[in-house]
Amino acid sequence: MSTPGTNYINCEKGIWSWLTTIDHKRISLMYFYTILGFFLLGGLFAILLRTELLTAEPMFMNGNQYNRAMTLHGSLMVFMVIVPGIPALLGNFCLPIMVGAKDVAFPKLNLLSWYLLIGGALIAMLSLFWGGVDTGWTFYTPYSSKSADAVTMVVFGAFIMGLSSIMTGLNFLVTIHKLRAPGMTMMRMPLFVWSLYATAIMQVLASPVLGITLLLIVAERVFGIGIFDPNLGGDPVLFQHFFWFYSHPAVYIMVVPAMGVVSEVISTFSQKTIFGYKAIAFSSLGIAFISFLVWGHHMFVSGQSDLAGTIFSVLTMLVGVPTAIKIFNWIATLYKGRIKLDTPMIWTLNFLANFTIGGVTGLFLAAVAVDVHVHDTYFVVAHFHYTMLGGALTGLFSGLYYWFPKMTGRMYNETQGRIAAVLVFIGFNATFIPQFIMGSQGMPRRYHTYDGVFAPYHMASTFGSYILAAGFLFAVYILVRDMFKGEKIEDKNPWGGTTLEWTTQTPPIHENFEEIPTVTGSPYEYR
Amino acid sequence: MSTVKVDRRVDHSHHFESMQQEHESGKQGTWLFMATEVMMFGALFTAYFLYRGKYFESWVEGGALLDWKLGALNTVVLLFSSFTMALAVRETQLGHNRKALKYVIFTTVCAFAFLVVKYFEYTGKIHHGLFPSEGMWSYDAQTPQLRLFMVVYFIMTGLHGIHILIGIALMFWLMKRLKNEEFSKDYYTAVEGVGLYWHIVDLIWIYLFPLMYLM
Repeated sequence: MSTPGTNYINCEKGIWSWLTTIDHKRISLMYFYTILGFFLLGGLFAILLRTELLTAEPMFMNGNQYNRAMTLHGSLMVFMVIVPGIPALLGNFCLPIMVGAKDVAFPKLNLLSWYLLIGGALIAMLSLFWGGVDTGWTFYTPYSSKSADAVTMVVFGAFIMGLSSIMTGLNFLVTIHKLRAPGMTMMRMPLFVWSLYATAIMQVLASPVLGITLLLIVAERVFGIGIFDPNLGGDPVLFQHFFWFYSHPAVYIMVVPAMGVVSEVISTFSQKTIFGYKAIAFSSLGIAFISFLVWGHHMFVSGQSDLAGTIFSVLTMLVGVPTAIKIFNWIATLYKGRIKLDTPMIWTLNFLANFTIGGVTGLFLAAVAVDVHVHDTYFVVAHFHYTMLGGALTGLFSGLYYWFPKMTGRMYNETQGRIAAVLVFIGFNATFIPQFIMGSQGMPRRYHTYDGVFAPYHMASTFGSYILAAGFLFAVYILVRDMFKGEKIEDKNPWGGTTLEWTTQTPPIHENFEEIPTVTGSPYEYR
Repeated sequence: MSTVKVDRRVDHSHHFESMQQEHESGKQGTWLFMATEVMMFGALFTAYFLYRGKYFESWVEGGALLDWKLGALNTVVLLFSSFTMALAVRETQLGHNRKALKYVIFTTVCAFAFLVVKYFEYTGKIHHGLFPSEGMWSYDAQTPQLRLFMVVYFIMTGLHGIHILIGIALMFWLMKRLKNEEFSKDYYTAVEGVGLYWHIVDLIWIYLFPLMYLM
């Protein structure tokens, strides 16, 4: 048994002990810095874009530079921040502890996933020195096979990051199936674990399709094979099918884990058993299943048949069912709970408000007629920012603040945490509500100039984005500062949570538990 | 990290509770990896069928250009290698490292034989100007989209060939470990995993052969 006072952070010292660690908790901390670093960089590009859009005429970027900044913002946020965000960072830390295991099933593979993310990200970033990429993060052909920029590098980087994602998913699936503690049946798993399970299924089954598609672009660029080139008989729409067959499940890879975090936080801070445990657990699987059948809704105007469009439209609306099931159950959990408005809970309430708007506007876009009208406008931009930023990233921050004391053994500054969360809420809505309005009026996305009639909306959006950036900078600053300077805590369970991670030492020891626990009841047993 | 080296023949890694649990985890991980392979090749099969439907004549012309005898030979070679691989797994499960080593060597020889045949097929096609890249394509095609058939052919069989190469690397790893008698009746996960991998590589070829050479 370990000596008192040792934990996973101080049991070994030196940079080498971190770079070669196979402890899931240490790997999680490495992801913490990696992902927040990429997040700040991606945010910087967002601010540059918004500042450029402050006026209708070009300010400090020309069209080419704007396209490159936009591509970098999108690729960074998608491949390096939101996809790995919750599973690799919070999932890595919590999942083994939550199911009562000492580590994930394949610890070395887990470390490899981190190196692959770093390696892929570096390759993608190096493209900056070859002039950058202006295709957008979707790499649509034929432009991406013709564009003179360093598309090959970014695409290859994304391929490697895809491998990282697959391996994390594979690791989690095996951990959940094979490493649960005695008595931890599937129906006793915390809902965060269920959401990671659904996510891992999508990661394992969808990412390989993206992988081969990206390799085909590389082959297209290197050999000029023409598999997507209409001049040589190829079909560019096939690329879109392949791409969205991954990238639509991918948006659920991003948001389903956030839903898991929300389920944990809402139960703990309402001090009440979660309402509809089974419904929430199975709706995650439902979303994972339907996610594979809806990719065509990205292609309503790409020339697919009316029949296909109608089928994809109906299937897409079906996603609303499991999603609504979750939201109703969360609200029912809040009802008559003893709600504590600590920072994680404020982030979670942000999620509830913003993600619901994102989800409902998703239904607008699923209706073919509406989509044809607002396709490629700021309405779409606002919609996916409500799901990705207002949903996935907000969930990430909720979880970061929730598990922060367990991960670090220190407490963050509560007042400051709340201010940051509220700032983000205000800034976020100020940024993106104007985008809904101008999108519905026809402002097209991905342009660096615009018609003067949209000027007030753009100006409001840009000023909103400054508040948003201030909020996120503050939120990240608090976390990083208090990781070293926060008040030390010994309390195993500062929030009164009921899942297994709150029974371990704070911070946990190297192998998580002094003795593997035997589970006798369901999670969320509040008195 | 506790860096005490465990003897895998009689003990499990630190984060498992039993050897059986460790074995089952490894096996499930390998099966999930197989699922990713199926999805990856699945995309290419989709492309194959899409373009076959669109440009049927070119697919007929392309299929006729491939030498079905060489394809059939390679099919037999791979099927036989799957058989020897299965025997290697069986012998390891019985604790016979030496016998298993012999079967892994047989399997590796088959893998090399497959690549030699493939080499002659590829060079023949390249020689006739059938490699579909800028500057190398010079074939006088009878139908407009023959080039696209060759694109699909080279990508699918090429990716399959890369998998054979990876398989050979894994076989050499197994040979080293079998030579050191690292496996036992209770610990044979690595051999079984490579076996599964080798079977899926074989299985993909079982689909590629009729689709490319016979249709």
